[in-house]
Order: sequence, then structure tokens, then C-alpha cells
Amino acid sequence: MLKDTDRIYQNLYGQKDWKLAAARARGDWENTADIIARGRDALIEEMKASGMRGRGGAGFPTGMKWSFMPKQSDGRPSYLVINADESEPGTCKDRDIMRNEPHKLIEGALIASFAMGANKAFIYIRGEYYNEALVLQAAIDEAYEAGLLGKNAAGAGWDFDLVLQRGAGAYICGEESAMLESLEGKKGMPRMKPPFPAAMGLYGCPTTVNNVETIAGVPTIMRRGAAWFAGLGRPKNAGTKIFCISGHVNNPCNVEEELGIPLRELIEKHAGGVRGGWDNLQAIIPGGASSPVLNKAMCDTQLMDFDSLAAVKSMMGSGAIIVMDKSVDVVKAIWRLSKFFKHESCGQCTPCREGTGWMMRQMDRIVQNRASLADIQLLEQVTTQVAGHTICAFGEAASWPIQGMMRAFRPEVEARAIDYHASNQARAAE
Amino acid sequence: MAKLTIDGIEVEVPNGSTVIQACEAAGVEIPRFCYHERLSIAGNCRMCLVEIEKMPPKPVASCGQPVADGMVVHTDSEMVRKGRRGVMEFLLINHPLDCPICDQGGECDLQDEAVAYGRDHSRYEDGKRSVAQPDWGPLVKTTMTRCIHCTRCIRFTTEVAGVAELGATQRGEETKVGTYVQKALTSELSGNIIDLCPVGALTSKPYAFTARPWELRKTDSIDVLDALGSNIRIDARGAEVLRILPRINDDVNEEWLGDKSRFSVDGLKRRRLDRPWIRENGKLRPASWEEAFAAIAAKVKATSPAKMGALAGDLADVESMLALKGFFAGLGSKNIDCRIDGSNFDTSKRAFYLFNTTVAGIEDADALLIIGSNPRHEAPVLNARIRKRWLAGGFKIGMIGNVADLTYKFDHLGEGPEAIQALLNGSHAFADVLKNAARPMVILGAGALAGPEGGGVHAAAWKLAAQFNMLTPEWHGFNLLHHAASRVGALDLGFLPVEGALDAKAMLSGAADVLWLLGADAEAVRGIPANTFVIYQGHHGDAGAARADVILPGAAYTEKDGTYVNTEGRVQQGYAAVKPPGDAREDWRILRAISAYLGHALPYDNLEQLRDYLKAEYSVFGEEFRRFAGTDAAGPAGASATGSTIFRPLLPNYYQTDVISRSSPTMAACVAAHYPALAEAAE
Repeated sequence: MLKDTDRIYQNLYGQKDWKLAAARARGDWENTADIIARGRDALIEEMKASGMRGRGGAGFPTGMKWSFMPKQSDGRPSYLVINADESEPGTCKDRDIMRNEPHKLIEGALIASFAMGANKAFIYIRGEYYNEALVLQAAIDEAYEAGLLGKNAAGAGWDFDLVLQRGAGAYICGEESAMLESLEGKKGMPRMKPPFPAAMGLYGCPTTVNNVETIAGVPTIMRRGAAWFAGLGRPKNAGTKIFCISGHVNNPCNVEEELGIPLRELIEKHAGGVRGGWDNLQAIIPGGASSPVLNKAMCDTQLMDFDSLAAVKSMMGSGAIIVMDKSVDVVKAIWRLSKFFKHESCGQCTPCREGTGWMMRQMDRIVQNRASLADIQLLEQVTTQVAGHTICAFGEAASWPIQGMMRAFRPEVEARAIDYHASNQARAAE
Repeated sequence: MAKLTIDGIEVEVPNGSTVIQACEAAGVEIPRFCYHERLSIAGNCRMCLVEIEKMPPKPVASCGQPVADGMVVHTDSEMVRKGRRGVMEFLLINHPLDCPICDQGGECDLQDEAVAYGRDHSRYEDGKRSVAQPDWGPLVKTTMTRCIHCTRCIRFTTEVAGVAELGATQRGEETKVGTYVQKALTSELSGNIIDLCPVGALTSKPYAFTARPWELRKTDSIDVLDALGSNIRIDARGAEVLRILPRINDDVNEEWLGDKSRFSVDGLKRRRLDRPWIRENGKLRPASWEEAFAAIAAKVKATSPAKMGALAGDLADVESMLALKGFFAGLGSKNIDCRIDGSNFDTSKRAFYLFNTTVAGIEDADALLIIGSNPRHEAPVLNARIRKRWLAGGFKIGMIGNVADLTYKFDHLGEGPEAIQALLNGSHAFADVLKNAARPMVILGAGALAGPEGGGVHAAAWKLAAQFNMLTPEWHGFNLLHHAASRVGALDLGFLPVEGALDAKAMLSGAADVLWLLGADAEAVRGIPANTFVIYQGHHGDAGAARADVILPGAAYTEKDGTYVNTEGRVQQGYAAVKPPGDAREDWRILRAISAYLGHALPYDNLEQLRDYLKAEYSVFGEEFRRFAGTDAAGPAGASATGSTIFRPLLPNYYQTDVISRSSPTMAACVAAHYPALAEAAE
């Protein structure tokens, strides 16, 4: 279990003040100029050595992502865009960072921007996070007043502007290229890759998009050193991570823990255990709505990190753990996710536009006990026709929950079809 | 250059190409719906999936994937076929199965690809999506239920046509392509989205339910409704021309066509002259060719050649003008003119009246000055080329004349000749733009040349070209944008009065006792004094026929093999798609017949002999087209215009500019939609 002193977020629960003075007392903004004085290459190397993987969901190594930014400008400016469009159902970690630890994010934005040669960064915050946007804006204003942002930010000799932009509530705007489109004032629709944002991103300029939690962790890593961070967690899955535990637990919470912690330990230590005891557990979605669901047998031994979850064909995602006890109709829960993804498809490319609706309707059939075994097979085929054929990862996000359900709860799903078949036969016999 | 292996075929393509282009270079056809060479890449249909080795194990959309050296691409692997079948199934689940009543049937990309990648039955058991049919104006018929959201129409209107009127609203399954607020498309190029639409969502409204593509006889030809000489395909069934489509010619119209050129076809069936007429006691009566010729002969024999004149109209082909010129020469008259608009400027050198930069050459220019022209109306496809160059960046545009929305930004320098003077003496800042440009060009519109000062404006514009580095051995930046399709050909033929002979203005105001109008049909014709004996040879009953004493029915451009010279000086050949109606005949034949009737038979008996004669007498018609160098800087005769007359727009509206489009109900509907005041005045 993570020691309290190893926690990056000392005010995750908002028990203390979020304002600048209090944040400074917790160590934020201390010697920022010295960190920046180490130089771009040193910061990127430090980030690489820390083993930090993107906290938004895909888990791409952050240091490597930064190193894709051009070392020498060709005349175009570089940008950092911070993804605060936290829309993955079940996820609420960035929200707590922004309302309770905004200065970690702002300081991280400065250091990261310097490391990638950006004089301007944008925070794209989910439209529904109204109060969080107010807090964050107030914190940014404070930082400007204190000379921590703007010309010669924090006395580090680097000019840096930070802009907060509110989104309008589309899930897809959390996809990095759709976010860039939205920032540019266009309809939030993902772009084709290549070109990748590091070559042509915001307004056609080199851009890196990082998650809030990734950026907010940067100052602490820089202060305490890459070795400290790499020493936490498991190999290739270093550091701490905020888990958002919701659903049928006694004490739903956000908690910062080491990567690689056993799922059962995480829930029992921090969330007060599953409602009615571990044996009352039916299923867990381990990383936000788009990660494939695990059944109890899988949960018993599951470690919570990128590679361990990938090994069971699920994913770490945003770290949103949705716990379902035996009172839940898992199929119906997954149907609800299908409905969500159908609603949030941007409609740009064919497989997702047409496939999400079809998948939802097939799920309708199963939930309403009017699906045959062939329908279930068809649904599975449709998910494979969507995943991997789309412009962005939404195709996978929409297909994986269903594929996960088929893997973990196949008997339950098929039972419904067999019941249906039997009732049909009975009706025919009458 | 990058070397790729595509299905075992090695190809080399330039760096920066995409995989789909490499596949095309290798001769491998990739199915696609959203990808189009002349539009930006959207990558949204996902039909062009291919498999590329050493990439993540999933199919890649070839339209957006840049090539890399050593790439190994498979276009027909199991993964590719599975991917494309999946996409096809998705496209079809919400696509109505109304092919039997869909106008796209037979030329539908979705139908064609469904044969290759579709299933034999649908696995989708739920209800299909249906979408309301918005009204996009009189030209484009919408059936948005069939839309597959490829966004080609959106990209075309935004990028090429320059009107941001189409977009996709809502999202996911509910995505709808439309005009946001219901309205008629205002682009003069809107018909092209019908060609671009890969399915039957956008079809031609006037052509709706008219024919199936396999019933049509296709004839390649040249458009004459503006002076660009767009390459077209005429689709006809029986004796009827049903539609006109653009043909690809990268040097002229790429693959676009203006709405007037495309949709005026129904004008070819209305108000046609299909037999000769003679005016007796003030009223026209039907007559035979013999009677008509006799009436003309009687009048001609009684008139001195000096009092006879001929005017060539805007749609005339080179052959008939040659015959008319020869016929009048035989009669002993030198009173011939093609400038019915009254323009008068020095045409002694070919460079004085051509679009010397060439249409494709616009893309090499780096500054542009437009004088007295609205290219959007006078040649919309050429205007799209200017916009294309402007979008590429580093292209400043100045404009002297009437302010109009040209779909690109320009500096307005003034309204008349004094603005040209301001550039010549350097007092306007735009002079610096021209001075600093490596390849500047000037486009002089026919509107600026029509007034009494036309010659002076012409001289001033040339002076400008000479002064601002537009005339170099590598570059010719002086351009005249004509509107009449016949004009350059006529000037090449010297269809002009020699010194002392009557010009168009004189002929129209009573100086000629016998006046031969070869399709010459402008407002001015109505004012010909009563003592002039008017012979109208043409195909439509409009102003010219109404004033005529004898009418000889000729052939429209779809009904005759004809040569046309476009504003660049490009000699192009049109072909007859159908026969002229009734007793009407090809124009040169009529002139050949009457010349024999009057005893001065022209020296050719068939089209081949005529063309041999044409090439022998006028060498430009036998030469390859080429871009001229601006080596000869000596300018047109006459002093530069300095006055402050305002350049008037040449065309009152885009849609009705000639006898064909004035006879077209579709064009009338366009005027009603876009120029309600004009339409009201006409009623």
C-alpha cells in the first residue's frame, strides 16, 4: 500500500485550501525556475526515466510523446493541449485534481510546455465541469498575478500563456484530434492519422495532447526524481494512479494508489469492500466504460496496471473501476453503455456511425429476451466489423464492452437466447 | 520518390503521395466513396481499406495513408476483403433499396461496389433511417435518405465553389448533410455535386426520371455558353439531348462545369426555328428553303455590296463564320463584324485578345489584377481555378470594377480607368504588389472593353502588363477574358470590317440595307431600323428572329460538328450529338447553298474540304496549342484611357445570357430563385 508521503496529490479530497498560498505550502511552485533551468532535453530524459505512461487511457509513454515535438521550430509555434474533457463514464479523477489541486496542473503545464518548446498551452475542460472551470480559471488568474504565468513565467525565463477552454459536452471531444478540431472552433470530429498532432496539430502546428493527471504529476516527478516515481508500481507500469471506485462498494471514492495493486486489495482497503462482501461480486469494469468487463473469477487475482489488464484483454483506461454486485443485470448494464456509445458517435466514418446503432439494437434484443443465438453471433461479428476499421479509437471503445461481455459472461448471455428459443417452441406447441 | 510493392507490382510514386494514388499507379483499382482527387481527404467512408505489412495488424484507409519507401501493400487479402465487406454492409443497412426508382441507378458507385462487396441478403432486421428531403433550389434534387455521408458535396462547395453553404448537422446515426437553414445553393457550380455524389442522394432535378444511363448515346463535345470552352459530354436519346456532363480536361475545366452550361439543355428543345420563314406584309409566314433563298436573292441583287453587312453571334462556330466571310467576300462586301457588343480595340496581334497565361497557368501566377470582369459569372469554372490558386496562398488579388462576391478576397482598387492610371503611376499601393510579384497577371474583362473607351482601356491594361513584368520570355501575364464562345475564333478569322467598311454599330443603326445575322442575337438587334432587310440565320426564336425579314433555321452547338476557339486560343472540336430539328441545317451548309444559289459558290463541298481550306488560309487552326511567351511588348494602338467611367458588369445575371439559356425553363427557375427582382420584371 502506498505511503502517504508518496502521494502526489496531498489535497485530493479538498480538505485543505486549493488556493495558491496553500498549494505553495504543500510544495507546489517551489523552485520551478530551477527545474526549468535543467533544460529541455534533461526534462524529457527525466520523464522517460520515470516511466510515466499517459493517464488518459491509452498508456503511451509520456516522455517519448514529448520527444516527438520538434527541437527546432520551423517558424510554427508548438502547443501543449491538456485534455480535461473527462467524459469516460465512471471517471472523475481529473475533476478532483482540478478543483482541489489546480496548481499542480498549472505548474505541470508550464514545465511540460517548456520541455516541448511551447509558449502556449490550452486546457480543454469538459463543458459539464462548470464549477471546476471556475476554480481552475481562478487558479490561473492567481498564477498570472503572482507572475507564475505570462512573460518570464515563474522567473524561469520562459514566456508562457495558459488558456482554459470549455467544451460543449461531446464525449468524442476527449479524443485528441477531435479536441483539436473543437478547439479550432470546428465540429468535434477526429482527424485522420497520420499526420500525428506532433507534426500537425492545433492550427496545423506541432501539438502534444496530454491528460490532466499526466501533466499534474510532472512537477512532483521533477522534484522527487524519476527514480522515486519509477520505484513505485511494477516494471513498465511505474508510479501512482488515481483510481475512481464507484458502484456497489461500501465507500465509493477516488484514491491514489500504486499501479499493480491487486484489484481486490484496492477495493477492500480503500472502498470499504464490495457491498455484501467479496463473494457478492459479480462483475467489474476496470477502466471506464470502454474497457471490457471482468467477471468475479478474473477479479480475484487481477492486478491493476496497464499490462496486467491488457493480458486479460481488458484495459487500464482511465482507472475508473465500476463494481457490480450480484443484483445487477450485467447484460443490461452493457446495453446501457451501447446506448451511450451510439449516442456519442460523431457520425463521421461509416463503421461507427452505422455500427453503433446496430450494436445497440442487437443489445436491445438480448436485453428484451428476444434474441436468438444467431443474433448473438451477429452482434459479435458486428463488433469485429467496427473495431479497427474506424478513424479514431471510438470504434474499439464501442465494441470492446460487448466483446468483453461475451468473453466474461457468455453463458449468461446465451441463457437468454435459449430461454427465448424454449418459449418460442412452447408457444408453437400450444 | 518512394518505391512500393502493391499486390506484387512494384511502383514508384512521388513522396507525399497517398497509398491509393500508388495503387492507381500500379493499375490496382481501390473502391472509394469519399475520396476524390480534387477534394481534400476525408477518410470517412472506410471503403478504400488495404493491408500494409509491418503496420499494426488492422486495415488502413489507403486514401489518407502517406506512402513510405519499401511499403508492401495488399489490396485483396482476406483482411481487406473482410473489412470492405463490413463497411459495405454498414453502408447498406440504412441505405434504402429504392434503386428501381433512383436516378443514380446504372451509374451508382454504391451499386457497383455492392456487386463486389455486398451480401446476398441483409442481416439488419430493424427499420431503416429515413431523412426529410430538403429543397436546395431548382437544380439539385435531394433524397437524403440515400446519403452515405461521404461529405464530397460539403467539401466541393466549401473548397472549390467557395460557398460554405453545406455542412453536416447532428451526429452519429442522426448526421444530416444540408444547408443548415433551407435555401437554394447560390453557387454557379452547384451541379457538380450531382456528379460527385457517389449515390442517388443528389441528382439532377430537371433530369429527374428522364432516362437510364444505358439508354443514352454519348458524344464528346465543347461547351459554348461561355468562352472557356469546357469539355463536355452530350448524352442524347433519339433526337433529344437529355443532359450535359463535364469531361475531364485538366488544362481547361478540370472536371467541373458551370450550371448554365449543364442545365440549359432544356432550352435546346424550346423556341426552336425548324423551318425557314419569310416576312410578308409585316408578318412572318412559314416558307420553303427555295422561297427563302429566292427572297434573299431578290434583295441582294438589288442592293449594292457596300450596303450589305454580316454579323456573327456569340455562339457561332468557326466553320460557319468562315463560310459567311467567304460568302460576303464573294458578294463583294467587306462589311463583316463579330463584335455585336460594340467593343472596339486593337486586335492586330493574337496576344492582344487571348487569355495568354492560359487557364492552367493561373496556378503558376503569384499576383492577379482583375479589370472590369466578374469571372464568377463570366466563366465560373475559371473563377474556381483562381480560387484554387488563392487558397494555395501567396496570391494577392486586386480588382477594378464592380464589387461582387468572387469567392476569394481581393483589394478593390477603383471602378474605372483612373484606377489603372493610379497603378501605372504608382500612386496606389497595389502597384507594389504587382512590382514585387515574379509572375503577375492581369485579367481584362469583356465588360471593360464594351464602352466607347474600350480601346483605351485595352491599351492601358497592356501598358500595365508591360510595366509590371508580365511580359517576359517565360511568362505572359496579359489576359483577356471573353464571354462569347465565338469571339476568339472570329478574331482569328479576321471577321472584322477592314478600314472604311461598316462596323457592327453602323450596321445595327441602319447603315446597311441588307443585314445577315449569323446567330447574332442581342438587345441591340431589336433596334435595327425598319428600312434594313434582316436575314436571321440561327436556331432559336429570340430577338433576332423577331426582327428578321427572312429566317434561315440553323443548328445549335449540339447538332453540328464545329470548331471553337476558347478564350486562351485553344482550338477545340465539338461533335454533333443529334440532328437539327425539322428543316434546320448545319450553318455552313446553308451558307454554302446560298452562295451557290447566288452564283458565288464557296470553294468547298464538305466539312473536310472546308477544314482543309480553313487550315490552309488560317494557320492557327492547324497548330498545336501552346502558351505564348510575352516577348513582344509593343502594345495596342491608341492612347490609354484615363477617364472615370465606371466598368459595368457584362452580364445582368449569370443564368440567362444567350438564346439557349433564355429559352430554358430551368434557367428561368434559377433566375426566379436567385434574382427575384429580375424574374418579376420579366413577368
